[in-house]
Amino acid sequence: MKKILDILESTKLDNRVRLGIMSILMVNDWVEFKRLKETLELSDGNLASHLKVLEKEKYIAISKQFVGRKPQTTYQVTDLGRTAFETHLNALEALVKRKKENF
Amino acid sequence: MESRKNPSETLDEIRSLMERSSRFISLSGLSGIAAGLFAIIGAALVYIYLDMIPFDGKRLYYVEAIHSTKWGMNYITFFLLDVVFILIGAISCGIFFTTRKAKRKGQQIWDALSQRLLVNLFIPLVTGGIFCLGLFYHGFFGLLAPTTLVFYGLALVNASKYTLKDIRHLGYCEIALGLLSLFFLGYGLEVWVIGFGILHIIYGSLMYWKYERA
Repeated sequence: MKKILDILESTKLDNRVRLGIMSILMVNDWVEFKRLKETLELSDGNLASHLKVLEKEKYIAISKQFVGRKPQTTYQVTDLGRTAFETHLNALEALVKRKKENF
Repeated sequence: MESRKNPSETLDEIRSLMERSSRFISLSGLSGIAAGLFAIIGAALVYIYLDMIPFDGKRLYYVEAIHSTKWGMNYITFFLLDVVFILIGAISCGIFFTTRKAKRKGQQIWDALSQRLLVNLFIPLVTGGIFCLGLFYHGFFGLLAPTTLVFYGLALVNASKYTLKDIRHLGYCEIALGLLSLFFLGYGLEVWVIGFGILHIIYGSLMYWKYERA
């Protein structure tokens, strides 16, 4: 039990917003900041701070371009991020299974 | 830290986010039913215009049509009006019911997801449309119904990756019907009624029953 919780914490994805961002990036190629914000219903600041954590962990790649005159930031999951997400999900599933067995 | 408290709830949330962010799930079953009804009304008008009954395989539509001047319209005017009536009816109902469902689901009606859905729907659809124009140009009128159904089915199968998965099975049915009708030419209008009318109503009802009944 302890070990599973350690894994959950070690991935840095033990947070609703960060896990949400990763869920979206896993099934979409290059997602705009605005779309993340709308789907997750977050404020700019809140989303940006969590994106920063994911960037620091090298879970996401960032691309900044100009569309017309407006800057547009898009995000993509990296291989490292993909692995971390899968590890986290497997740990969650193991936890669910463990709980079912206990009851 | 929430995920630690209730892992199965977190997993459900992840699943829902993945689904909501990658598929356009606001497609309403009611728009399928409406499209089917308009197709059937449109076909009924053709039967009335030509004084024909379904499965009366003895006479050909395009032979009958040329001589008809009912309601003071030649066949080209009539068919154009009929097609415009069906398209406007089906598309406006589709937009209405889908917008309504999107509002309830909190999904955007015009975003990257719906655009991607339409692009993938229209690639086979436009190809089929141009292909049919070619058939028309060369006078292969009898092949129009099978061809429209096959291409429409392929368009649905292709688009199903970006919306409710059930659309895929509707696509298979349209393809099968189109291929079958290719070997029984002369029932073009009947298979159109089945493919665009009855199948749409059946699938629309199933999807409404499955996702929207509440």
